[in-house]
Amino acid sequence: MRTIDAQHITETIVRLCMEANYNLGDDMLAAFDKALTTERSAAGRGVLEMFKENAQIARTQRLPYCQDTGFVICFVDIGQDVHITGGLLEDAVNEGVRRGYKEGYLRASIVADPFNRKNTGDNTPAVVHTQIVPGDKLTLMVMAKGGGCENRSKYKMCTPAEGVEGAKNFVIECIRTAGPDACPPLIAGVGIGGTFERAALLSKRALFRGIGEPNPKPDLQELERELLEKANKLGIGPQGYGGDTTAFAIHVNTYPCHITSLPVAVTIECHAHRHKEAVL
Amino acid sequence: MAGEEIRQLTTPLADADLVSLRAGDRVRLSGVLLTGRDAAHQRLIALLDAGQSLPIDVRGQVIYYVGPSPPRPGMVIGSAGPTTGGRMDSYAPKLMALGLKGMIGKGARSLPVREAMQKHKCVYFGAVGGAGALLSKYIKSAEIIAYEDLGTEAIRRLVVEDFPVIVIDDTHGNDLYEEGRKQYAQE
Repeated sequence: MRTIDAQHITETIVRLCMEANYNLGDDMLAAFDKALTTERSAAGRGVLEMFKENAQIARTQRLPYCQDTGFVICFVDIGQDVHITGGLLEDAVNEGVRRGYKEGYLRASIVADPFNRKNTGDNTPAVVHTQIVPGDKLTLMVMAKGGGCENRSKYKMCTPAEGVEGAKNFVIECIRTAGPDACPPLIAGVGIGGTFERAALLSKRALFRGIGEPNPKPDLQELERELLEKANKLGIGPQGYGGDTTAFAIHVNTYPCHITSLPVAVTIECHAHRHKEAVL
Repeated sequence: MAGEEIRQLTTPLADADLVSLRAGDRVRLSGVLLTGRDAAHQRLIALLDAGQSLPIDVRGQVIYYVGPSPPRPGMVIGSAGPTTGGRMDSYAPKLMALGLKGMIGKGARSLPVREAMQKHKCVYFGAVGGAGALLSKYIKSAEIIAYEDLGTEAIRRLVVEDFPVIVIDDTHGNDLYEEGRKQYAQE
């Protein structure tokens, strides 16, 4: 049994919230450069250049890459041999968000109630997903998830008869209908299988995979490649101004499902793909 | 789609300039922009519906759909890129009828909004979404002029210099998103 203090979790979350918002990942920067070599649209290339400049300013001046500093989604993988002391896990995460957003000059974007819509003022609460895993480590994965792209995420319960073609058509339809609104070029996290809620969770988790890091299963790797090719033929392009780069990556995760079901969930993520993780 | 030259325009925008703009034109805006997004629009329209006057005069103005992040000490504003314009679709025609001449956001507008833009000679500009750190550098001053309690959603008066935008919807019914997609789609 290993003991981890809740305070340690809070301090780590403070740091991850700030780093995610200021420092876009190297995989994203590489994706911008790669797209610049293939994008035919001059307006599209101009947008990609602005992303690079924006990332540079954000990193060096510790300004958020995007003013929508997001809903904090936190996946916590808790080793079965870990014991958290000094407070509740979720409280520790929320305290980290509260401090990280306040001290980091990050925007408070969460309303306390879907109908009364009063801002909580400190970007809490986070959405926390916990999972028990083997070992004595605790992994914190933080994503600052933008609202504009999240609003374009969708779910469809396909029939088994629709099969892989049905799933593919739905993913492409999601990207097409997200259009310019979700700040393309996009990343799509796709969860296929499980149940209604499991598919959604798979789709979120798929976003934590590095850009250009394919699913290890060959058939899913091929599916991801085909989907990305199709998405980039839609013509939407950077910011929707028209072009060849509509998506940077499509990540598919699957899970077994019921004999009646073929759940497909698509989380749409923008180019401001901000996430960091730490292992305690 | 429009040419490569960059237009320099200063607010308030003149009708002659507005009608000369075409979807795809790159523009650098200088002068005053007002900010407003979901919550501020909701309040403004509620006042209009109740027959009351607004805390701001929108005549000839440009509204930037933005909810900036907080400024660090000594800075004018935090990160300040556009939010999705479509969420303001149900409000925008009423402000255009009062004389609003420009909107800055990102993402597609509805057909009724585009028709109102033609009728009232109003242009929808796109700023690059997610480039909030970079765009903040073109903002020279910012002050809250209404609804301070809304925090990031308060109405601000910004002074900008050479703020980079592109014309998405012009006063003639053209739409950059439709034209751009048609040009590059390989379906």
